[in-house]
Amino acid sequence: MPITVRIPTPLRTLTKGADEVKVEGKTIKDVVESLEKNYKGIKERICDNDGQIRRFINFYLNDEDIRFMGNLNTPVKDGDHISIVPAIAGGSDFIWSPSSGLGTEPGDKTHER
Amino acid sequence: MGFVKGLRCRECGKEYPKEPLHVCSFCFGPLEVDYDYDGIKKVLTRKLIESRGKTMWRYRELLPIDGEPTVGAQVGFTPLVKANNLARLLGVKELYVKNDSVNYPTFSFKDRVVSTALTKAKEFGFKTVGCATTGNLGNAVAAQAVQAGLESYIIMPADLEQGKIIGTLIYGTNVIKVRGNYDSVNKLCSEIADKYGWAIVNVNLRPYYGEGSKTYGYEIMEQLGWKAPRHIIVPMAGGSLITKIEKSIKEFVKLGLIDNADTKLHGAQASGSSPITTAIKAETDVIKPVKPKTIAQSIAIGNPADGFYSVKSINVSGGWAEDVTDDELVEGIKLLARTEGIFTETAGGVTVAVTRKLIEQGRIPKDESIVISVTGNGLKTQEAVLDKLEEPEIINPSLAEFVAIMGKKTSGAH
Repeated sequence: MPITVRIPTPLRTLTKGADEVKVEGKTIKDVVESLEKNYKGIKERICDNDGQIRRFINFYLNDEDIRFMGNLNTPVKDGDHISIVPAIAGGSDFIWSPSSGLGTEPGDKTHER
Repeated sequence: MGFVKGLRCRECGKEYPKEPLHVCSFCFGPLEVDYDYDGIKKVLTRKLIESRGKTMWRYRELLPIDGEPTVGAQVGFTPLVKANNLARLLGVKELYVKNDSVNYPTFSFKDRVVSTALTKAKEFGFKTVGCATTGNLGNAVAAQAVQAGLESYIIMPADLEQGKIIGTLIYGTNVIKVRGNYDSVNKLCSEIADKYGWAIVNVNLRPYYGEGSKTYGYEIMEQLGWKAPRHIIVPMAGGSLITKIEKSIKEFVKLGLIDNADTKLHGAQASGSSPITTAIKAETDVIKPVKPKTIAQSIAIGNPADGFYSVKSINVSGGWAEDVTDDELVEGIKLLARTEGIFTETAGGVTVAVTRKLIEQGRIPKDESIVISVTGNGLKTQEAVLDKLEEPEIINPSLAEFVAIMGKKTSGAH
């Protein structure tokens, strides 16, 4: 029995609308590669340039956050269920600049990731 | 009317129309409400605000609704208490408590976000709303959904305090208890929102919902005589409130409603659930999720959605963050009750105890203005203090027995 992955709405354009797909692999990393093989382009949506899971995405293996296990190296086995769930943040979109008296335009952004 | 232009991804800047969306479909960054501040500046003045009713809707131009507020018209404008007794005890000059433990209708700051979210849910045409909750949010959604004529589903960890559970069930809502902590409930609610198309206020309405928190900050500034305090101490669970207080201050400066601000934002967590204060102390913006273990259940979130942004808000403001043990938070609850006559819940105890700690550490100088954020009511978390209070004497209705007790009490006191 393969591994089942739940796909969130924003990624379903890549899975032809499927909300669940089947993949193979021995670790979460394999699962990501297997997804990429079947649904080209999905990896860059899930991972950043360093190949790590993006800050705003959570991966759950059988309902447990993989950051409590081995992150990308977490072992998986046949029959496991994986959920990809966008983190739900929503901070303020101003950038605080004490020297300029907080008057920064909302459009101004810094990207010090 | 309304001044919302649309939504925009905070990370990549991609723009979206005003819809019930919460993550960028490209980069998964959070979506933010984008306002026409030039338009707002033309109409919103101190005079206009002061002419309006004493509710959070006096700042309605800065809230993400298009029409009239239809849910929670009476929410907000809670007391800002000058806390002279507590100030004396802590050795500080100017101390205030912003007291949302008496917010309407469910005694927490969550009434603000829920009236905003449900007004928006009605504008969008939703019939069913819901939330993932540590307690207070469930109370607020259940109560205000009744007012709004909406069906509601409240999803909560199975082991919440009795006051929080009863304070939700009483409204005749649908309560689902989940075996697991809040973080697992939150994950489930993301999947529910995806599958059922309901308005889960803190999931798919989150960009709108969070904006309601700003009114807590607006009120502090107006009540201080149109100025921002030097320090605000804020409890952190998901980390959203502190970022929205930051936003409220910057908006007021931008709109000329206050002259300037040099406010330091300080975050407070319970030591048993402190991923954000841990990140601040380690000087990183990488939040390491934890499994919460604290009696402060209302702020027991181990994987804070806004952790990254709350770290940013604290750092750029020049503030700091601290956490306290369960024993310290109970002492915080008692301290506020016994100096100011305000009975706050566990999260408020955390905030008071952290304030004390930051003053003792010298992070908050004793001669600067300080506001403590009290966001919830102690009657909902009585379990926390049940065994920590003096056992009252029991007597017969006899004056002699009363006199005997008084003799015992006064013999040591005078």
